[in-house]
Amino acid sequence: MLAIDVKDLRKQFKVQKNRVGLSGAFKDLFKREYTHVTAVNDITFQIPQGEICGYIGENGAGKSTTIKMLTGILVPTSGELNVNGYVPHRDREKFVKGIGVVFGQRSQLWWDIGVIESFQLLRKVYDVPLNDFNRRLDQLVERLHLGELLNRPVRKLSLGQRMRCELVASLLHNPAIVFLDEPTIGLDIVVKTEIRDFLLEMNRQEGTTILLTTHDLQDIEALCSRVIMLDDGSIIYDGGLEELKTTWSKGREIQFQFGEAMSISRLHQLTSTMNVAWTRENEFTATLFVPHEVNFSEAMGLVVGGAQIRDIKIFETNTDDIVRGIYQTGSAEVKESEDNTQADHVQEKESVLS
Amino acid sequence: MMSAYLDFIRMRFLMMLAYRVNYYSGIIIYAINIGAYYFLWKAIYGSQETLAGFSIDQMTTYLAISWMARAFYFNNLDRDIANEIRDGSVAIQMIRPYNYLIVKLMQGFGEGLFRFLLFMIPGLAIVCFIFPVDLPTDPVVWLTYLAMLVFSFLINSQLNIMTGLFAFFVENNEGLMRMKRVMVDLFSGVIIPIAFFPGWLSSVMNWLPFQAITYLPSSIFTGRTPLAEAGSVFIIQLVWLVVLLIPIVVMWRAARQRLFVQGG
Repeated sequence: MLAIDVKDLRKQFKVQKNRVGLSGAFKDLFKREYTHVTAVNDITFQIPQGEICGYIGENGAGKSTTIKMLTGILVPTSGELNVNGYVPHRDREKFVKGIGVVFGQRSQLWWDIGVIESFQLLRKVYDVPLNDFNRRLDQLVERLHLGELLNRPVRKLSLGQRMRCELVASLLHNPAIVFLDEPTIGLDIVVKTEIRDFLLEMNRQEGTTILLTTHDLQDIEALCSRVIMLDDGSIIYDGGLEELKTTWSKGREIQFQFGEAMSISRLHQLTSTMNVAWTRENEFTATLFVPHEVNFSEAMGLVVGGAQIRDIKIFETNTDDIVRGIYQTGSAEVKESEDNTQADHVQEKESVLS
Repeated sequence: MMSAYLDFIRMRFLMMLAYRVNYYSGIIIYAINIGAYYFLWKAIYGSQETLAGFSIDQMTTYLAISWMARAFYFNNLDRDIANEIRDGSVAIQMIRPYNYLIVKLMQGFGEGLFRFLLFMIPGLAIVCFIFPVDLPTDPVVWLTYLAMLVFSFLINSQLNIMTGLFAFFVENNEGLMRMKRVMVDLFSGVIIPIAFFPGWLSSVMNWLPFQAITYLPSSIFTGRTPLAEAGSVFIIQLVWLVVLLIPIVVMWRAARQRLFVQGG
């Protein structure tokens, strides 16, 4: 069954245009001019139950607007929308009982009262039976180590403590779908890892569907089997994370340290039969770029057989770089894009010989 | 669900209790206000027995009860709502299975209840001690007045909610909120009883909701309007309560359509 079904979803905002200067301001007093900004432009996707899906894109790409439509906060301009069996904005009060939402940038706990009081109020708001509530709260508190925080007022919590409480608050009513809008923003690595582990476990044990927006691609790598990438209101990629990596990384880079001085022509000579590229860094060091279509072991063989080698490092393009590349070009389709960007795509190290 | 709404009343009440020291100064400010108006009216009356049908004693009682009623029905719902709209936290309210405006009303009621018990009652006692206030002796008048006070609270809150919701449609509704505050104080008859308004203005007032907030209930309390006419006052209050629901529902619907959460 589909947890989320979105068809041709669109959201346009009317934005006031402010004219320049005094006369412009005067004109604005009488006649406003508006421009229509399309924040989300006819997107279509489906998320089956039990999937963890990452929703990524640059700032202003329309991620939050989509989440707000999916959670019933915003009314879409056009398109069809079905989440958990409801049209979110139409049956809002019934619909929101079945979902949980965390906005990393906004607190949903009541600032002045103790954490546990917020939870108890939420129990009443969501009509959770007391037994279920206690059982669930115990589980969550134990899992996220909240024990000693429960009696503190929310305003005295650190960001990491607060975010764990926010998670609990959004899960107390055992929602079938959880929307997380930048849940790990500003958190340290320990809390991030804890939250990721927790989400993964919840997804496995209870089959909770999770839609997650984030700028931290490690969240995506740790959690998501699928990624939807948004740019300028349109979906530019929808598929597995591995596929994204393989389609977008164009090859591998191997850095050689030679035991003797190598000239650039000597290097080219080594691999003259293959379509590869050399970059010479200094007398003893050079980097070989091997595209995916070239046989990797053959290329390695040629170099290793033809020169004296002290060390080899293999670099694989990581997700950050791939995504940066896509954001910059604005499309996830593999084009005959510039190979020179490949040089800054290199980071992850795998030392083979040392 | 109902118990959740009641919980919002309880919580706001407890929160106000936590910050109660702020309110001790409020009692003094209200007492000073009542005192200032008392002496002003005393000067205006001079040697005259009655003005616009008010004897000086009735006027003193009217002043005291009107200001003390204001202590109860006054709330900052307009500011609360406008702030939540402007900083975007209204989005959080929309992911909860409750009606945002009812929750706001309940919070306002929690605040009102606090002000009633810790502000209005002790305040009235102090004022009665200082100024020659004639409290009614008939318990029916008291009960009628208390019931009317609930309507005063509701109508005033409706006006506040409307003013607050304007933040959806304009970038800054600060001016509107100030205007509303002055209008409510003036036209509801807290500062000057409506009987003192020029003829045309007081007939305009008959067609506006403000009189139902202070003037009509206070007139019953002071005995200027006989208890027998209390029924028609209730009807006026009830009609306004219903009529004011219409613009609120319309604005809320329109706001949901164009809800633009600030900051993406």
